Amino acid sequence: MKKSRRNFLKVAGISALGIGAIPALKAVAVAESQSAPHAIEMKRKDALIAKRWGMVIDTRKLTDEIADEIVKTCRYAHNIPDFHNKPDRKKYPNLKPVKFNQEIKWIWEEKYEHAFPDKENEFLAEKFRKLTFLVTCNQCKYPPCVQACPTQATFKRPDGIVMIDFHRCIGCRFCMAACPFGSRSFNFRDPRPFIEKIDPDYPTRTRGVVEKCDFCAERLAKGKLPACAEVSKGAIIVGDLDDPDSEIRKLINANFTIRRKQELGTDPSVYYIM
Amino acid sequence: MNKNAIITGLVVFIIAALLPFWINLGGTEAAPKPEISARAKAAGRCILDKYDMRADHMKLLGEWRNSVVRHSNRLYKTADGKIFTMSLSTGVQSCLGCHEGKAKFCDKCHNYAAVTPYCWECHTDPKEINQ
Amino acid sequence: MLEIALKGSKRYWIWVIILLAAMAAGLGAYIDQFNHGLTITGMSRDVSWGFYIANFTFLVGVAAGGVMVAIPYYLHDYEKFHKITILGEFLAVASLVMCLLFIMVDLGQPVRVFNVLLHPTLHSMLFWDMCVLNGYLFLNIVIGWKVLEAERNQVAPPKWVTPLIYLSIPFAIGIHTVTAYLYCGLPGRGYWLSAILAPRFLASAFAAGPACLILLCYIIKKLTKFDPGWEAMQTLTKIICYALIINVFFFFCEVFKTYYSNIPEDKSHFNYLFFGLQGHNDMVPWMWTAYIFMFLGIILLIVPALRRNKTLLPFTCTIVIIGVWIDKSLGMITGGFIPSPLDQITQYTPTGEELLVSLGVFATGLLVLTILYKIATTVKEEVRG
Repeated sequence: MKKSRRNFLKVAGISALGIGAIPALKAVAVAESQSAPHAIEMKRKDALIAKRWGMVIDTRKLTDEIADEIVKTCRYAHNIPDFHNKPDRKKYPNLKPVKFNQEIKWIWEEKYEHAFPDKENEFLAEKFRKLTFLVTCNQCKYPPCVQACPTQATFKRPDGIVMIDFHRCIGCRFCMAACPFGSRSFNFRDPRPFIEKIDPDYPTRTRGVVEKCDFCAERLAKGKLPACAEVSKGAIIVGDLDDPDSEIRKLINANFTIRRKQELGTDPSVYYIM
Repeated sequence: MNKNAIITGLVVFIIAALLPFWINLGGTEAAPKPEISARAKAAGRCILDKYDMRADHMKLLGEWRNSVVRHSNRLYKTADGKIFTMSLSTGVQSCLGCHEGKAKFCDKCHNYAAVTPYCWECHTDPKEINQ
Repeated sequence: MLEIALKGSKRYWIWVIILLAAMAAGLGAYIDQFNHGLTITGMSRDVSWGFYIANFTFLVGVAAGGVMVAIPYYLHDYEKFHKITILGEFLAVASLVMCLLFIMVDLGQPVRVFNVLLHPTLHSMLFWDMCVLNGYLFLNIVIGWKVLEAERNQVAPPKWVTPLIYLSIPFAIGIHTVTAYLYCGLPGRGYWLSAILAPRFLASAFAAGPACLILLCYIIKKLTKFDPGWEAMQTLTKIICYALIINVFFFFCEVFKTYYSNIPEDKSHFNYLFFGLQGHNDMVPWMWTAYIFMFLGIILLIVPALRRNKTLLPFTCTIVIIGVWIDKSLGMITGGFIPSPLDQITQYTPTGEELLVSLGVFATGLLVLTILYKIATTVKEEVRG
């Protein structure tokens, strides 16, 4: 009696598993197929295309005012919170106290010693010591953050932009540890109370995901230059590094440029004309 | 383990498991009716027909997300030649650009079904941004 | 066999209730974190991993340390470890449960954790970490359970357990190597970018794991009728001693490389940890304590008379665990993140809520350990009696 009951249970269990597996497999299979057959997904005709997007920051044209304007514009265009803003207490009661070291920044100003800590120079010209540099994600060709991400939530697009899929990010922050440039920020809290004015053309993010400069991919797709380049008065030029005739390549050819921590081999795409 | 304890436990379990049904007995709610905006009525048909959209809109949005974020495509051309912008809430050609107002459209069915998709933690409803 | 854990003395139940209370407190703090985000922790944009991942790193080591009883017993028939092997396996299970819980509480979007399975990423070390940690957890649960059950029924364990046992040994080395690879493959973090990080992790694991096991043996001897055996514990002390010497030696290798080559970026992390940088010196007392404890531990373990002293040994094990814990948890994390890649300093201190959540996780692990050890010791007592 014992033996046959045991056998019966074993067989029943395995068949239940087998039968249960079929709809699970079906669901996965269906998820891969398209919901609307014969639909085409395509780019806009006015989208800006490049084989490898890059940026040149011309420090000769960069002033403190322009840098401030760039940071402000980027902040508005992407709904980046500023913890110095006072949230609306009626709309958001019960807010946790603000911690400024949990800030979010996509592009920001740094002095030489922090932008290029690997290029220490005791006798650096005063001019460069006082200059304001802009630092942001370098859209590396061999990004260590992409290598680190366990879900491919951050990935490199074929056109060179390192993007983040905010729906897939699990907030493990491994990419933040991997970035050699400190370009990534984490949403330690819900950013909405600290966004002064929400730009309707771009979503906000939610707490628990990592974010960084996405090279204004949404603007490039509509034929517009990145927000920072647009207000930079020529201090930031964006273009195709793989096109030898592009403006950006001509600039790099005509001037001496440096990049941040290039000895690490990540091959950053952001060049600085000194 | 005596018989009384087992039977009492069973009864408590059955009551607890069937509680959601008993609590909601008696009341009836009409089927949800999302408001179709003027613009949507003029367009006639969404990307798919009504019942497919209702069943598959999350799958479609997921495909759109992958296409936009990973392949930098922004336009979606259906089999009958109509072009949509693959976006939930930005621009006139997006979902919310046509079906204006999430409270009048999306929430009607979602509230009835008692689901709270977290789309709105990130995506903004153009009608609700009154800043 | 689980029903054994339901029958215990008053003392046992009081301990279980204390653990449950701690778990509830941790859960309460975690719910606050879940609702408001990780802003309630002390982490920042510059130090984006903190107490949770720090403890995770240390506990993976404790789990891997279990292999130090498995190898002599299963591979080399070292009979003295016969009674202690199950304790090592169950300690690994409890440690791994805590490791996985620490990862879960650290995630910004824990609901999405299955994305790691839905989108396997072979070039990401976190993916492999998930694989080996869960694999080793599964292996230890199955092996421990089956071997214990067989002992209870006074039969040999089923034949298919043997290949699993052999598999668990490289897995143990694997879990800690992969965890080290999380750190040492990142080009931007000079403190971690070292070839000997994985060996260092393993050495400290083989010191801390058996030290935890010895302390647990003392507790078991006091609370149950089961005696793991003084000789087994003595062998463990020798293992701890050599592992600790190797760990400290590796540390000296790092120090020599850093200070002799005089590279500023490398030095900056060590300077922050041991001497303070630009007035920021939160970690200095901790790091010196850690290494003084480890030195002292070596002396107390290398001198045979001190090693064999029954009253001194728990003290020795405690300072070894504390020393390794400081160095491997917050020492590793803060050393890596401070100074930041832009050479700026943001110090890190865990907040009260962060500590509460961690307490909840530790309590969960201790509860798992209590239940498993209750089962193991009761079965062993039954068999001998």
